Amino acid sequence: MEFLRPATWDEALAVKAEYPTALPISGGTDVMVEMNFDVHRPSAILDLNRITELSQWEITGDVVKLGASVPYSRIIDELSGPLPGLALAAHTVGSPQIRNRGGVGGNLGAASPAGDSHPALLAAGRDVFVEVASVRGTRMIAIDDFYVGVKRNSMEQDELIRAVHIPVADGPQQFSKIGTRNAMVIAVCAFGFALHPKNGTVGTGIGSAAPTPRRAVEAEEYLQGVLAERGLWESGDLLGTEVIQKFGELVKAAASPIDDVRGTADYRRHALAVMARRTLTWTWNDYSKQIRSAA
Amino acid sequence: MSTRTIQGQKNLQDIRQASKDGIGGSPLRPDGTLKVRGEFAYSSDMWHEDMLWGMALRSPHPRADILSVDISEALKVPGVYAVLTHNDIPGSKYYGLEIQDQPALAIDKVRYHGEAIALVAADHPETARRAVKKIKVEYEVLAPIVTEEQCLNPEVYGYVHEPHEYKSHGSGNIVHSQKLVSGGGVTDEIRALADVIVKGDYEVGMQDQAFLGPESGLAVPAEDGGIDLYVATQWLHVDRQQMAPVLALPEEKVRLTLAGVGGAFGGREDLSMQIHACLLAQHTGKPVKIVYSRDESFFGHVHRHPAKMTYEHGATRDGKLVFADARIVLDGGAYASASPAVVGNAASLGHGPYVIPNVRMEAIALYSNNPSCGAMRGFGAVQAAFAYESQMDKLAAELGMDPVELRQLNAMAEGDYMPTGQQIDSPAPVAELLQRVKDMPLPPPLDLDNLDIRQIPGALSNTSHGEGIVRGIGYSVGIKNVGFSEGFDDYSTARVRIEVIGGEPVAMVHTAMAEVGQGGVTVHAQIVRTELGVEQVTIHPANTEVGSAGSTSASRQTYMTGGAVKLAAEAVKQAVIDKGRRRYGWTQNDLTLAGGKVVSESQGSLISIVDLLGDEAIDLTREHHHRPTVPFDKETGQGFGHVQYTFCANRAVVDVDVELGLVKVVELTAAQDVGKALNPLSVVGQIQGGCTQALGLAVMEEIIVKDGKVRNASFTDYLIPTILDTPPIPVDVLELPDPHAPYGLRGVGEAPTVSATPSIVAAIRAATGLALNRIPVRPEHLTGTL
Ligand SMILES: Cc1cc2nc3c(=O)[nH]c(=O)nc-3n(C[C@H](O)[C@H](O)[C@H](O)COP(=O)(O)OP(=O)(O)OC[C@H]3O[C@@H](n4cnc5c(N)ncnc54)[C@H](O)[C@@H]3O)c2cc1C
Repeated sequence: MEFLRPATWDEALAVKAEYPTALPISGGTDVMVEMNFDVHRPSAILDLNRITELSQWEITGDVVKLGASVPYSRIIDELSGPLPGLALAAHTVGSPQIRNRGGVGGNLGAASPAGDSHPALLAAGRDVFVEVASVRGTRMIAIDDFYVGVKRNSMEQDELIRAVHIPVADGPQQFSKIGTRNAMVIAVCAFGFALHPKNGTVGTGIGSAAPTPRRAVEAEEYLQGVLAERGLWESGDLLGTEVIQKFGELVKAAASPIDDVRGTADYRRHALAVMARRTLTWTWNDYSKQIRSAA
Repeated sequence: MSTRTIQGQKNLQDIRQASKDGIGGSPLRPDGTLKVRGEFAYSSDMWHEDMLWGMALRSPHPRADILSVDISEALKVPGVYAVLTHNDIPGSKYYGLEIQDQPALAIDKVRYHGEAIALVAADHPETARRAVKKIKVEYEVLAPIVTEEQCLNPEVYGYVHEPHEYKSHGSGNIVHSQKLVSGGGVTDEIRALADVIVKGDYEVGMQDQAFLGPESGLAVPAEDGGIDLYVATQWLHVDRQQMAPVLALPEEKVRLTLAGVGGAFGGREDLSMQIHACLLAQHTGKPVKIVYSRDESFFGHVHRHPAKMTYEHGATRDGKLVFADARIVLDGGAYASASPAVVGNAASLGHGPYVIPNVRMEAIALYSNNPSCGAMRGFGAVQAAFAYESQMDKLAAELGMDPVELRQLNAMAEGDYMPTGQQIDSPAPVAELLQRVKDMPLPPPLDLDNLDIRQIPGALSNTSHGEGIVRGIGYSVGIKNVGFSEGFDDYSTARVRIEVIGGEPVAMVHTAMAEVGQGGVTVHAQIVRTELGVEQVTIHPANTEVGSAGSTSASRQTYMTGGAVKLAAEAVKQAVIDKGRRRYGWTQNDLTLAGGKVVSESQGSLISIVDLLGDEAIDLTREHHHRPTVPFDKETGQGFGHVQYTFCANRAVVDVDVELGLVKVVELTAAQDVGKALNPLSVVGQIQGGCTQALGLAVMEEIIVKDGKVRNASFTDYLIPTILDTPPIPVDVLELPDPHAPYGLRGVGEAPTVSATPSIVAAIRAATGLALNRIPVRPEHLTGTL
């Protein structure tokens, strides 16, 4: 097995072009587990840890450019303000050791339907982009186009993830995850939710309840409709149980979960409805408070 | 009679300060700091010059005929030194703890998912792994026999072991059974005496010991044709006894030394890699190391028997039990392992610590194509306690009684009789233990205005900000036996030596006791300090150069090997004093050893041990046997079958998110009688650990098996409690001495594992109003989404 350690991004792209089957490794919290389980024995490993820019983030205008290797612990410490949904998701990942190593780039690389970043990224809006590059050039893949199958993403073999571009939150965001223990657990299912008052949209993300992470499109459209029709963005008035209930049902309907060792499909649907109702309630309560204190 | 209360962690510091390092003190474990720092050498850390790595090929099928095994391609892999099948076994091909029904390597058929078929030795683990993949096995896959219905109808579904190859006393696919009847049994006339009858069906899933140190060891061939094996195990001598016939060696040529053990909980009672490493070492003439990976570990050891249980209890209107009836079906899996003992415990302890005038019971263990099940902390008693304690709550509800009062009303006490006819001839403070957990202050209610999200169900997964959360409280009590039962003489041996080293009296303790984390090495030194009045005690590595110490299981080691150390130390003390008598003509009869001297209680110090011993060492070995027991009568279950009983009571306070079915145990209180706390810190640790393992069984731990296949052989999906799942566990320790036991002590390790699970389930029931007749309780059970 070859161990390749490029020092710069350009070098990394060149190496990846030369060894397209080389397996990138960032935090290694997926890669090493899979090697341990003998899932694969790559011919070469491409270590990205020397490329410092991958573990940096910056805010330009209203967008956070999050380097692929920024670990979860730093997202929690440094980005809870601009990326509250992702930071909440980061809180739920593994243990302190895993949060110190693992990051969003690896989560996207693995593209597991159970990855906790995904629901938060989907909820953060349709204008979230994964920046991937190869010697052939750079592509900005919209988050909605990124997940294409179980543990499959829309990257080409010679591409690497450089960063994720995520709009700075303009409203409250929440993330909930079900696990059968109270820490260090892979999601049975998860739900991300965000209010985007600036453009009058809401964002949803469903995890572990379909072959890929996915958006609850009808739930979003329903809620956006209600918020607009009733002028709730402006008033911040109560949503009412009917709306909350309906939203929960639509989120549930958007999932297509399976029965597996972690939980039944029925439970996943049920829990998604509950999480959808609760996260909507929390975010809306926060939003109303903001509106009222501004008024 | 002395009682002393140790209230959880708060007082631990006081305990430590108040004590010296003899018995009753809490000196720290010699291996504690090393383990916390990651410096302790576990069995998986061993290394030997020139050593090879061994690896097994395991069956992907739970039941199949093996049509052929082709090792030729594996042998061609450079770096491979040997590829072995059962054809290469020099001696007997079968082994087993109680019944020799398990082939060391599969012969013509496999009976469970993960059964070892062939072995490879190679110069690198990666080479071994590749070679294993090159072994070609042709299978004829058969429909696995996995349900009770299938097991009990062998004419239709087949035999796990063909009747002609039976080595157990069982028949059909039943490996062992035990009936029990006492009083008038359970007949229609007896039933008619009860005003109220409650019935229930209960189920316990397959729990795993989930020790963190995988099975591992190093076999080194010796010049005399024998083998030295360094291994993490629970009982060196019984390993040897099973290994020697397979290796075709006399026992004395199979020498075992204990390597660092990373947890056991019963999972190391059976052999795992021992024979395999030795076969490879014999074959290659080179040292061979085997370390299981995590998933292999899940296949490489036995689990807790899953159980299906039917219970019926009758009582008078005022709550007095009239009768109890039960049938317990344990799934033993492919091989017998400890199934007979598990059945014996389930049958004899399966009606709990209650006085019941009329009793009937039948417990059986099945042979199936599921993973083999055997010893795990509290075996037999754990499964039954979930059922009988659930029944007590059901009965209390039916009678409109307080569940604790109902239990107290029927609680057994010293002088009462077990359903086996055995009289309880030492303290049995069952009602008192219940009272103590009930009287402990309750944790404060959830403060919704100042919520710490880590303290509620879901914790940082952020599923609730207080919504849906309901608190419940539950109680339970349990009974467990200590030591091996039913006529087994599980004696222990200890060797104690005293000599002068560097101008100081130094004692050494040598036993074959497996230190698996229980703290025996700490306690042995404490006993010797107390008995010999010396401060410096070294612990000799545990090996087979000294006689058997029996198993580190059944809550027995402090009782049994601790007892042997006491006997040997007393003999050494006597020898030291006798030496003085011979030399100086002492005639006092109040001589003892203390503070490094021979002292007379009346006249004070006579001589220092250093001066008395000079260059001479005193080195004596003693065996400790517990009082004899007898086997239970097969039909009636009657007999003086157990050495000692131990009791623990719990109160669980649990918050449940009733909408999401998530659970957070808020507090788990325990009260236990330990006879005498030789090391109070260790005692509290054992109780807290036992409670935590019971919590795991209550709400998360289960090996999921479908059609004989294990679905979650990893810690990703076999979940054990993390610190956020583990509540404060205040512990109340009683010390009511057992006159039959050394120092009056009572085995500690298992009772809380037996008793704590039902209290947690009772609390969840209280919060949800659901019946919950299966553990572990999953979110699906609480939300109706199964
Ligand atoms: C004990 C434990 C607990 C865990 N708990 C959780 C959890 O709760 N939630 C969760 O979502 N995940 C969990 N994980 C999985 C893992 O930690 C996450 O998926 C994490 O985000 C992976 O990040 P990493 O940097 O370690 O990825 P790596 O292991 O380094 O890589 C993961 C994948 O991404 C690819 N990759 C990495 N970086 C790049 C890049 N820049 N460009 C292209 N491809 C790349 C790799 O080739 C690989 O396929 C857990 C893992 C462990 C071991």
